[in-house]
Amino acid sequence: MSGLTSIVLTCLVFFIIYQIAKASELAAILRGEEKSKAQTNRLMAWLLVAFFFLGLFGIWECHQYLMDKMLPESASEHGVEYDKMFTVTIVVTGVVFFLTQTLLFWFSFRYQSTEKRTSFFYPHNNKLELIWTTIPAIAMAVLVVIGLKNWGKMTSEAPEEAMVVEVVGKQFNWIMRYPGADGTLGKRDFRNINDVDNVLGMDWDDKSNLDDIVLQNGELHLVKGKPVKLIIGSRDVIHDVGLPHFRMKMDAVPGIVTTMWFTPRFTNAEMKEKTGNPDFVYEISCDQMCGKGHYAMRGTVIVHTQEEYDAWLSEQQSYYAINNGAPAAQPEQEIDSVNVITMK
Amino acid sequence: MSDVIIEGTNVAHTDAAHGEHHGHEHHEQHFITKYIFSQDHKIIGKQFLITGIFWAVIGALMSVFFRLQLGFPDDTFPIMEKFLGEWAKGGKLSPEFYYALVTMHGTILVFFVLTAGLSGTFANLLIPLQIGARDMASPFMNMLSYWFFFLSSVIMFISLFVQTGPASGGWTTYPPLSALKEASIGSGLGMDLWLTSMALFVVSSLLGGLNYISTILNMRTKGMTMTRMPLTIWALLFTAVLGVLSFPVLLSGFVLLIFDRNFGTSFYLSEIFIAGKALPNIGGSAILYQHLFWFLGHPEVYIIMLPGMGMASEVLSCHSRKPIFGYFAMIISLIGITVLAFLVWAHHMFVTGMSPFLGSIFVLLTLLIAVPSAVKVFNWLTTIWKGNIRFTVPMMFALGFVSLFISGGLTGLFLGNSALDIHLHDTYFVVAHFHIVMGVSAFFGMFAGIYHWFPKMFGRFMNNTLGYIHFFLTFAGAYLIFWPMHYEGIAGMPRRYYDYTAWESFNQFSDLNAFISVAAIIVFFAQLLFVVNFFVSIFRGRKCLTKNPWDAPTLEWTTEINPGHGNWEGEIPTVHRWPYDYKDDGNGNDFIPQTVPLKDGEEAH
Ligand code: HEM
Ligand SMILES: [Cu+2]
Ligand SMILES: [Cu+2]
Repeated sequence: MSGLTSIVLTCLVFFIIYQIAKASELAAILRGEEKSKAQTNRLMAWLLVAFFFLGLFGIWECHQYLMDKMLPESASEHGVEYDKMFTVTIVVTGVVFFLTQTLLFWFSFRYQSTEKRTSFFYPHNNKLELIWTTIPAIAMAVLVVIGLKNWGKMTSEAPEEAMVVEVVGKQFNWIMRYPGADGTLGKRDFRNINDVDNVLGMDWDDKSNLDDIVLQNGELHLVKGKPVKLIIGSRDVIHDVGLPHFRMKMDAVPGIVTTMWFTPRFTNAEMKEKTGNPDFVYEISCDQMCGKGHYAMRGTVIVHTQEEYDAWLSEQQSYYAINNGAPAAQPEQEIDSVNVITMK
Repeated sequence: MSDVIIEGTNVAHTDAAHGEHHGHEHHEQHFITKYIFSQDHKIIGKQFLITGIFWAVIGALMSVFFRLQLGFPDDTFPIMEKFLGEWAKGGKLSPEFYYALVTMHGTILVFFVLTAGLSGTFANLLIPLQIGARDMASPFMNMLSYWFFFLSSVIMFISLFVQTGPASGGWTTYPPLSALKEASIGSGLGMDLWLTSMALFVVSSLLGGLNYISTILNMRTKGMTMTRMPLTIWALLFTAVLGVLSFPVLLSGFVLLIFDRNFGTSFYLSEIFIAGKALPNIGGSAILYQHLFWFLGHPEVYIIMLPGMGMASEVLSCHSRKPIFGYFAMIISLIGITVLAFLVWAHHMFVTGMSPFLGSIFVLLTLLIAVPSAVKVFNWLTTIWKGNIRFTVPMMFALGFVSLFISGGLTGLFLGNSALDIHLHDTYFVVAHFHIVMGVSAFFGMFAGIYHWFPKMFGRFMNNTLGYIHFFLTFAGAYLIFWPMHYEGIAGMPRRYYDYTAWESFNQFSDLNAFISVAAIIVFFAQLLFVVNFFVSIFRGRKCLTKNPWDAPTLEWTTEINPGHGNWEGEIPTVHRWPYDYKDDGNGNDFIPQTVPLKDGEEAH
């Protein structure tokens, strides 16, 4: 359909609706104001009832249609608690939702204006106010207690044995750094950054940098059952490490370090089986607006068994070794890494 | 201004020679002073309203454009190229312009439509009329408030046409993205214009707000004690208080941003490497901006909500022919909301790396604000209980307002609880939540107000049939658009994405996205029905033949059908009772106007 026909059609529909509206207003006057008012009132009362039931049906349909498109079982241990808490909150809010909406539509229908009806003068009742202040307050208190308990756990210190990985955002991809054999991430300074051989600005005078492994393909390799602590930073603007399958999220802010920790529960292979989707991947989505490539700032998480991980790790060369001997070249224009959909 | 003298509350209008049927001043008044640089609060209200409608159409049209992209990422729409030119080459939005559209859509709807367009319209129209004053405390400042808004609008509008495009960092414009030209093309001239426009907007809103507050506090007519004010006035009072106390903080945030952008300071910038070089800035905090922004940003959502709450209270009561239930509880809950609104801003920042302990405090305070909100809902429900409900168009919108407020308010309990927000933050769950509660619900409050007070503004009615069609299409459409978005958000689908097709985790929603886009386009056209209805009815609508078409007890309905500047001919009426006396007056009416003295032995409320 060309643009012009659609515009003409729209105008036509508009015109028709408008004419109908005008005509019906005139008809109302002909029929007699009072009578047509009463008729309209009854019609609207019924339409609201219809709306209510269609709405319930719609909610049901929507749910049926979307449920199998939702996230699989949580892939992190925090997430298990998360899902439980989510269910509790859904139940609490769901009850309130159905109760109040039902009352709203029911009262509307039940107390529609009729000739005989007069309204009941009922300006206040302090006891009622007290009741419906207290009940929500108690419900809120329950939700707060559950919430803070989980919040405390999620934001607690990572366990001693947690592995540490640094995740750094930049427009528009993720860089990961592993501490290497010494288990320490070396110092880095944004003034040392160049996109040729020092994307993180590592300080080569710091010996603990020499064995650090840097991945620029957006992959985060983790071990099933082993807690991981992410040290999160950004090179340029604010990004956000979003891990929907793990129910976690943390901003990457230039100038400060943020952290989060969790324990993966399933390897990629297990997740493929669970979801029945052979293409399943854990994805890292950037969840903070960071510019034109925000929507394409994609990373992936690969959860291994310990053996697989060790095998993978043994194949990795340290960043220093990869660039060793290469003279520090002049910083060139930004090179976006592979997973960025290049624009323009 | 020569013919109208306004000297205070109880001085009679010198221009007492109005003919009721004329609807305009007898004395010649120049078109420019009467309609353009007018100091009449009613005209200023209409100016705000019409400017707001203009912006609403633009903002909604933008949502149609970016919904086309979201719903049909693989298709092209040559018609878009006609509208947007370069930015939609071949009929496909560029990502840069997608983000610019989203940013402008948010800015326009939040600030220009639902702040200026809503408070500006109804505070101006209703405050003097409902408290019994001839005009605002300072009509001149009031006029300035509109013209600052106008200027701000012009600048924002110009920014749509600059070569590098308008601001594109989201309506929240977080630095460093918004501070660095290298970070995004929208952070160039577009951002400067955005900041300038917003600074003027703050000025406008302060001039307006101070005026509203002083008018309410000082200019009430005889007998109009605070506790005899309609809830609309209470709501508008607290709206103004929120604005006056929080907009300056936003302005300070913007000023620092302007400094960082142009004068080399480092308030928000630290350790940044961009476009191939390291910037000299060290020691700033990007998070500081977020604190300053949300210190307004959160009260802002209540600035948007409260007028709707006030008007819905009024409309529900009037069209159920029943007093608002729990008048005092309604006022106390407004106070509660106003105070708490200042203490919850950091719930937008749970995942910024903020101290978890601080986070806990904000969880507590945020969920606390649900209590006064719940009280309001229960009071509205009890207001219609055992009423005698007339389903006029404003009543339909007021009922829709309550329904949407419930739906949107409940999801706030998820987002306010940090442990749940950690997954939902910046997903479509948030988009669904804030659109339902502060987008559509506030709009419903506004529509209820427009349909209800249209006869007062223009002496005519809007077309009812069109009104009903508008209502049902919008009500159904709002749920169809935003309800499914909750699911997308729970599945982790991030907001502010231009395209989801490359994402294994989110591309299963492509059909749903298309469905939402179609619904959004239909809703957009339904709004045009309203716009047509509005403008045609100003000139051709059914005439309002009585002073008080809705049988309401409040003061605005004691003025002439088309009141002149000064509102009442002769003396301003004296008030004897509260504004919700919907009871038998002994003469067959089911309400008693505020101007009627108490009968012997009648108990004051
Ligand atoms: C026709 C009705 C509307 C539709 C279909 C619509 C659609 C959308 C969508 C899909 C987004 C997210 C875009 C993205 O993240 O990529 C969005 C953002 C937004 N909308 Fe709406 N919207 C509508 C009306 C409103 C209203 C009435 C308001 C007023 C409060 C509003 C305020 C916002 C805000 C503040 C944002 C966030 C902008 C940002 O991310 O910076 N919208 N809208
Ligand atoms: Cu991003
Ligand atoms: Cu908030």
